[in-house]
Amino acid sequence: MLRKKTGGVATGPRLSSALTEIAGKAIDRRTFLRRSGLAAGGLAAASAFQGGMIQKAEAASDGAAVEIKKSVCTHCAVGCTVLAEVSNGVWIGQEPGFDSPINLGAHCAKGASVRAHANGERRLKYPTKLVDGKWQRISWDEAINEIGDKMMEIRESSGPDSVYWLGSAKHSNEQAYLFRKLYAFWGSNNGDHQARICHSTTVAGVANTWGYGAMTNSFNDMHSSRSIFLIGSNPAEAHPVSLLHIMRAKEQNNAEVIVVDPRFTRTASHATEFVRIRPGTDVAVIWGILWHIFENGWEDETYIAARVWGMDHIRAEVANWTPEEVERVTGVPGSQLRRVARKMATNKPGTVVWCMGGTQHTNGNNNTRAYCILQLALGNIGVAGGGCNIFRGHDNVQGATDFCVLSHSLPGYYGLKKGSWMHWARVWDVDYDYLKGRFASEKLMQSKGIPVSRWIDGVLENKDNIDQPDNLRAMVFWGHAPNSQTRGMEMKAAMEKLDLLVVIDPYPTASAVMHDRKDGVYLLPASLQYETYGSLTASNRSLQWREKVVEPSFESLPDQTIIYKFAKKFGFADQMFKNIKVNNDEPLVEDVTLEFNKGMWTIGYTGQSPDRLKAHMANQHTFDKTTLQANGGPVDGEYYGLPWPCWGTAEMKHPGTPNLYDPSKPVAEGGLNFRARFGVKAPDKWGGQNLLAEGGKEGVGYPVGNELKDGHPEFNMMMLKKLGWDGELTDAERASIEKVAGDKTNWKTDLSGGIQRIAINHGCAPFGNAKARAVVWTFPDPIPIHREPLYTPRRDLLPKYETYSDRQAYRLPTRYASIQKDDYSGEYPLILTTGRLVEYEGGGDESRSNRWLAELQQDMFVEINPFNANGLGIRDGQMVWVETPEKSKIKVRAMLTRRVEKGVAFLPFHFAGMLQGRDLRSKYPKGTDPYVLGEAANTVMTYGYDSVTQMQESKVTLCNIKKA
Amino acid sequence: MARMKFLCDADRCIECNACVTACKNENEVPWGINRRRVVTINDGKPGERSISVACMHCSDAPCIAVCPVDTIYNTEEGIVLHSKDLCIGCGYCFYSCPFGAPQFPQVGNFGTRGKMDKCTFCAGGPENNNSDVEFKKYGRNRMAEGKLPLCAEMCSTKALLAGDGDVVSNIYRERVVMRGFGAGAWGWGRAYQGQGS
Repeated sequence: MLRKKTGGVATGPRLSSALTEIAGKAIDRRTFLRRSGLAAGGLAAASAFQGGMIQKAEAASDGAAVEIKKSVCTHCAVGCTVLAEVSNGVWIGQEPGFDSPINLGAHCAKGASVRAHANGERRLKYPTKLVDGKWQRISWDEAINEIGDKMMEIRESSGPDSVYWLGSAKHSNEQAYLFRKLYAFWGSNNGDHQARICHSTTVAGVANTWGYGAMTNSFNDMHSSRSIFLIGSNPAEAHPVSLLHIMRAKEQNNAEVIVVDPRFTRTASHATEFVRIRPGTDVAVIWGILWHIFENGWEDETYIAARVWGMDHIRAEVANWTPEEVERVTGVPGSQLRRVARKMATNKPGTVVWCMGGTQHTNGNNNTRAYCILQLALGNIGVAGGGCNIFRGHDNVQGATDFCVLSHSLPGYYGLKKGSWMHWARVWDVDYDYLKGRFASEKLMQSKGIPVSRWIDGVLENKDNIDQPDNLRAMVFWGHAPNSQTRGMEMKAAMEKLDLLVVIDPYPTASAVMHDRKDGVYLLPASLQYETYGSLTASNRSLQWREKVVEPSFESLPDQTIIYKFAKKFGFADQMFKNIKVNNDEPLVEDVTLEFNKGMWTIGYTGQSPDRLKAHMANQHTFDKTTLQANGGPVDGEYYGLPWPCWGTAEMKHPGTPNLYDPSKPVAEGGLNFRARFGVKAPDKWGGQNLLAEGGKEGVGYPVGNELKDGHPEFNMMMLKKLGWDGELTDAERASIEKVAGDKTNWKTDLSGGIQRIAINHGCAPFGNAKARAVVWTFPDPIPIHREPLYTPRRDLLPKYETYSDRQAYRLPTRYASIQKDDYSGEYPLILTTGRLVEYEGGGDESRSNRWLAELQQDMFVEINPFNANGLGIRDGQMVWVETPEKSKIKVRAMLTRRVEKGVAFLPFHFAGMLQGRDLRSKYPKGTDPYVLGEAANTVMTYGYDSVTQMQESKVTLCNIKKA
Repeated sequence: MARMKFLCDADRCIECNACVTACKNENEVPWGINRRRVVTINDGKPGERSISVACMHCSDAPCIAVCPVDTIYNTEEGIVLHSKDLCIGCGYCFYSCPFGAPQFPQVGNFGTRGKMDKCTFCAGGPENNNSDVEFKKYGRNRMAEGKLPLCAEMCSTKALLAGDGDVVSNIYRERVVMRGFGAGAWGWGRAYQGQGS
């Protein structure tokens, strides 16, 4: 029965036909994938669904109450609050967390679907080991005993450095801290986590420029920006909720949004200016912008004079980067860079944002320092709306970095020197000699371990070339996807050579399947962060406290419990958990927080006690959405999440530091200046000038209320005495200071917090007041310079912009010139780069096991410019082989798009489970294979490591593409 | 009160797909059914824009007009709902819909049409509010709980707005005023070449 519709005329034919057109011939990414990607795996997996979970309606009919639990999204580091509806212990729904000042209820595709992780059926369910090529279920006790015995045996025969502890940016702060402590007690510096391959060059470059290596301001602070310069950063896909804040600046301040990237990204489509560069030419493009700034006198002279050292050296280098030279190297016309320079100079304050596009290069540390110098020249650091807003990628990669789950430092960036170990020995309440006894030697105790980017070389390299007694023989992947590291085929070989491979993760990950081992592999199910509780640190340095949403699923255990079980097995649990209560093998999380509060003086993780953090979570609605400061209520005046540094003890009630190095307010109220970290005088070779701040104006040269009214070195007991301020110490503080090192006790080692308290009472930053330095004289390139990638297509730019010489770094031989000397550009004519998709994160094992996300991206692909594809006879949607100079190749679907420039191809890096055309689905333990599998981009990404941090080069290599 | 409306601000939509997974999460929509999807035009080219599309809950809905078994109806709030008990899965509504909103689950190898499924504005169906049977057929009834559709509530950039049409248009109007003559306003690019949309 057809009824005639009232009112007659249909109103929508125009729009309707527009949409038909879209649906009909669309070449957008998703239509492309929908068409091509009726992926066997995806659909097969989908049909295996068991159907509905327990629902709110059902739960309600049971009469069970619905509780709201507050957690934080486990994907990127924006730190979005997740409100979970829980009934009868089951997570039945998600509600928007409107009270959160960070996300105001918003989520991206990942955040809006985290419930599927907790209820996911594709998890590891119980401890499993590989026996004769088959997965066999075992108990936790068996697993810990067998793994522990094997590790002890390796320790006996090859030393503690032959076991590698690879930790995670997915740990909570407490877990990260315990994990770092675990391998310290194990007796090796061979531990690391994702920060090595995400922002290590940022941390090194930025900390060496002005003190701390973290994001200076916050997402919310960008509301005040008048220009936003994003380089090598695609937040529309990698940090979608940050766009909430960026859009606000764009709309309300009419802020310029400038995107510098080799790809026309989704972020670029919302920019006011898009600058397309050749991959790996960041320094050249920044110097190209600075050239116009210096040429036109657009720099902030007053700011530079008071707060920056070494800018003249930069001027000399920048003078070489004329518009013609910049265009020759980067491909960007001078006229565009002049416009960009002018926009940035006339729209202040402006902020600079960068991510992996800038950091993952052989000269990544040069890139990050160049970005900082651009901001220093414009006077944009230490002001609201300015800063270097370095977006971090994992939910707690900032925290795990701060706790130095790294191979080169102890928690709080204390380093590995004897004094650093002595400090932590005091905090841990153990003897230095005891710790020393755990290591193979005092020398190895104080020397950097092998970084995650190079663990495969620790296995494969001839042991005579490694600065430790033997090769790596056991590898622990604890919350770390292997496909996030380059040189995949060599990794396969390394995995096969190991004696022992242990995966501790909620998912099996590609570590379970990418090798052809028959035994010696253990998979231990770890709980999700929704199944435990504790603190984590968002990109903006705010700490948030997660509540436990549900109990651990299946036989999974939270990381802290697994860490304890290993410590117990190794026989040092009594020492390691001396001051931490343990219930049924689970360390009490709050005790862990309180313990690190006692030692993290360098970066001010001392004031964030569990009670204060919980109060912030409970009072989220009282914080201002722009300043992040609480306005009234129980935590009045404090900044959300007590962004570090939160100086002194919790009792001191420091409000946290919302924007680093901002002298416009007193240190006691979150103000700051640049850190005096590099001495008081520059080396003679570099001019020998004063490195302390000068200029004598309150709020510029020194923070408001600073009684010294000038630059000053960092505080120690001696300095307090000279200033006559030591009388203000309490007896207890004085006794504690005497016990540490007497007059030599400084603001970092004083366990009482007295030195920090008094410095701050007098308006001084405990870490001194210095200038930022534009020249890092301790680095391979003191002045950041452009160096061509190892696999460069531009042979004409050599040797002028050649790479470094080969060298020994982090215990291993590291190649540069010996690779660059050979020309591969004939056989491999296209530049290959990698990046993120919004639906997936990291190695993707978790997100590809989430059916709501997996449905949206079912196929791995390579983006090729139609110009190149037509030349190669490749059609849209066809299968192609992508091969790189180290002779590995992947079979993926071609997507023709102008998103990439002619001569450039792009791979997303979240896929795994296919290897050089081979489907590995049958190798996963039953029922744990992710819905979507695909070739890992890093199977083909090639050699190349940063000269300071060993960051991997995953943004530039060469490739050829052929029809499959 | 005006009718319930969706509005997607194309200047803000970044195609993050939060609306899509939020919908799946809230309504337990199975694999292959997309009540909401994000459509992108000029993908990878200057002028790239995305909008999130679902049932627009038309005042004078063509699907209601054409449905041969009268399964689709308009609620007091102006939400277009339907009864899966009456639906015969003929797909006429799909012909008539300007937005491609009606979805049909694939129930066999030959793509036989099952009962029509579409966005309910998170308002369930004709069954009792928040009953088990309502949930199973249509998903969560947030309207009955006094809440708005989750897709809009969770939108990453607040591009997707949902609610009382008057309130939605007020929010959007304010936003447009705030943008002023900046690059955010449509038509600017025509007047000042190269300056955004």
